[in-house]
Amino acid sequence: MTIKNHLKMSLTSNGENVGIARVTAATFAAQAELTLNDIEEIKVAISEAFSNAVIHGYKDMTGEVECEMILTDGMLEFTITDHGKGIADIDLARQPAYSSDPERMGLGFVFMDSFMDELFVESVVDQGTTVRMIKKLILEQAN
Amino acid sequence: MNITTLVKQGILVVRVEGEMDMHLAEQFRNTVDAALETSGVKHMILSLKGVTFIDSSGVGVILGRYKKITALGGNLMIVNAKPQVARVLEVSGMLRIMKLYNSETEAVESL
Repeated sequence: MTIKNHLKMSLTSNGENVGIARVTAATFAAQAELTLNDIEEIKVAISEAFSNAVIHGYKDMTGEVECEMILTDGMLEFTITDHGKGIADIDLARQPAYSSDPERMGLGFVFMDSFMDELFVESVVDQGTTVRMIKKLILEQAN
Repeated sequence: MNITTLVKQGILVVRVEGEMDMHLAEQFRNTVDAALETSGVKHMILSLKGVTFIDSSGVGVILGRYKKITALGGNLMIVNAKPQVARVLEVSGMLRIMKLYNSETEAVESL
């Protein structure tokens, strides 16, 4: 698989940067043959992953959230990494309606799962979390 | 995000413009809760005509107002959601408890 484009950026873990991350992801995704609906879905998934890093990863602390985007001829891959608290039980965190915060809905991972084709979560307590999401590109078929 | 609130025919009408994410969820919560308290009305119409993006933080803060309003016997009606916003509301499961309306008039008539 050939890498056609690659972007890596690091942002401070604040709420304002959630918008910057998803707009950058949408612009990056626009290079691929995708529908507007696909791009909207990518925006939601990136917003969820970045918000999780800010809200749960760093909580009251401030840190860096790293976003990496790769475009190949067959897929778009987005990786969001924080170096915060980590998730003790990933399977539990991925359950619908699970949230460590009673004020929230626990839909973050549900949206990432629904709007992307593949979702991988790796986490180590007190070291951080990496969320990798893939959107497959449908290659044009010859008539 | 720009939020305007007004009381029309005894219903609190909240019109939102912008992107409903974690950054703006708190502003929405504070503005709407204050308007509900000062107006003392039971029902609320939430116009999402100017909302171009919503994620689970935005959905969560709407659900929070829904719970508050229905606990007091009122109703929260969402109007003019753009297709991409309606899709997120649908995936969240919220449309199982809330209905979308095409206009503020239609929402008022449903009461």
